Amino acid sequence: MRKGKIKPMKTLTYIEAISEGLRDEMRRDPTVFLLGEDIGAYGGAFKVTKGFIEEFGADRVIDTVLAEGAIIGAATGAALAGLRPVAEMQFSDFVANGFNQIVNVAAKYHYRNFIPVPMVVRLPSGGGIRGGPFHSASTEAWFFHVPGLKLVAPSTPYDAKGLMKAAIRDPNPVLYFESKFLYRHVKAEIPDDDYIVPLGVADIKREGSDITVVAYGTAVHWALEAAGKLAADGVSVEVLDLRSLIPLDREAILASVKKTGKLLIVHEATITGGIGAEIAALVSSAAFEYLDAPIRRVASPDTPVPYAPTLEDYVLPNAEKVAAELRSLAAY
Amino acid sequence: MYASMVLMREFEDAILRLYHQGKIVGGAYSGNGNEATAVASAFALGDGDYILPMHRDLGAHFVRGQSILAMMKQHLGRAGGLTEGRDGTGHYTDPALRIYGNISHLGAMLPVACGIALACTIRKEPNVVMTYIGDGGSNVGEVHEALAMASVMRLPLVLIIENNGYAYSTPVARQFIVDKLSSRAAGYGIPGTTVDGTDLPAVHDACREAVARARSGKGPSIVESVTMRMHGHAAHDNAWYVPKKTLEAWKKKDPIVRFEKFLTDKGLLTRTSRKHLIDGIRAEIDAAAETALALPYPPGEDALRGVYADAEGEN
Repeated sequence: MRKGKIKPMKTLTYIEAISEGLRDEMRRDPTVFLLGEDIGAYGGAFKVTKGFIEEFGADRVIDTVLAEGAIIGAATGAALAGLRPVAEMQFSDFVANGFNQIVNVAAKYHYRNFIPVPMVVRLPSGGGIRGGPFHSASTEAWFFHVPGLKLVAPSTPYDAKGLMKAAIRDPNPVLYFESKFLYRHVKAEIPDDDYIVPLGVADIKREGSDITVVAYGTAVHWALEAAGKLAADGVSVEVLDLRSLIPLDREAILASVKKTGKLLIVHEATITGGIGAEIAALVSSAAFEYLDAPIRRVASPDTPVPYAPTLEDYVLPNAEKVAAELRSLAAY
Repeated sequence: MYASMVLMREFEDAILRLYHQGKIVGGAYSGNGNEATAVASAFALGDGDYILPMHRDLGAHFVRGQSILAMMKQHLGRAGGLTEGRDGTGHYTDPALRIYGNISHLGAMLPVACGIALACTIRKEPNVVMTYIGDGGSNVGEVHEALAMASVMRLPLVLIIENNGYAYSTPVARQFIVDKLSSRAAGYGIPGTTVDGTDLPAVHDACREAVARARSGKGPSIVESVTMRMHGHAAHDNAWYVPKKTLEAWKKKDPIVRFEKFLTDKGLLTRTSRKHLIDGIRAEIDAAAETALALPYPPGEDALRGVYADAEGEN
């Protein structure tokens, strides 16, 4: 996807790339530290921090009490005191317990006091793991409406590492939405060096000329698979991976839609009031005359994520659902 | 300490006057009755220590060195104020003085206090973090979360619980059924003590002990200070729900009058020196109000600035 200068490369899964981003930054900057539940000797619920306590010690890989408000609040306090904390939510669903700390304390701190709050909250997100209603949520839209936060949602190992490093170096609270489904499902050769992926810059993951798909996180892979299917029908689909939700790369979205004239937005989170709604509003107001078809969305219906496989598979989007919508748009 | 208490009361009285003249556009809060607690607790800290005061702790800001003019501009929402009009009252942060003011969500700053204390621990700095909560606010979940974290991690934290009888209009009998809020400390395995919040030396002694314990690495403590909120929740509230007899009884224990008697008995304060002090403070407050009132509000478009710490962050 990205042809950088030729440097030493290594093959990493998405989850290994997250770990590598964290490890790199901790080696580079002694003020970076981690806090969360079971992240020390246990290595985290998903093993993102496996081996970290051995390398960095218990002062920088801190097992906390089970209290998300305290974890996020402590991250804010440590950031105000000059450190760069990375807090782990075991599942993104649990961030609800720390909601006040994010939306009222961290997000408003710089605006009120002109003091940076350099912190990252990691949010293992999404379904497809049979986790049921409390371990499967995609919560990014809860925070999309909160000025003062930055939101990122990588889809590849390359972006996972580069966005983690950029998020840690950013002077604002950054919510890092990592796809649990992608953890061990995607693997790629990525540079073994100190690159970053800047926040707020989208990336064309597949070039095309007939329809634009805007997606992020897991949905990028559904879009790519669907684009492959459509290519067999002679339809050229461009897949734009947002990578960051705040700041939103509006220019990249508009440029792609102006090129193709058709837009499909895909995300795993529920449809109403989702990120897709904002993108649709943007395109309809800023590129209306370029559109050759209605803007469409593929997203989860407005339900919690259910437990039984039949139910979960019914509500979550997938490549077939995306392909069906693309065919409909191609024929429009 | 006496001067700081007088300054707190005179400043808040001035703010209430400005409120009634329509010059304070939002709420105006008073810590009348809480002066000894706010001042004596802050006096227990050293220069490198951190404080996260609440809305009845104005005196603590002055003890830490905040200027009267800066506080006046902040209360009046003027350009050049501590938050440049983005927020009012004591809702500001001044890192140079290590003051991290509260937000309106009571209890929200306790986890933040833990984080500052954690940073001190990680950096092996001998600094202590002091923060506050009220009788009502003590029920907020973040207070429990923070105490759980601070106790397990032995964080250098001191929590002052200001039990002043009412949470807005709700009496403490509808907030908790324990005799003393300090007894909650037992649930965290940490020391908890209750003092008469109108007795400045008693508050100071209890806070000094808690600060020393925190500084020595033994972890957090709770100091419950029992006071009375002598005014309403804010200036719009005449507190009709507080029995007159209760207020009359507490009026006799006015913390400033009590400490005046203490100082007078020791020969440290005379009628002349008292008058001289109060006149000086009033003149300084009046001058600050005049200066601040002459300043403009920030221009409207300034509202868009500073949402993010970097310009690239603006969405």
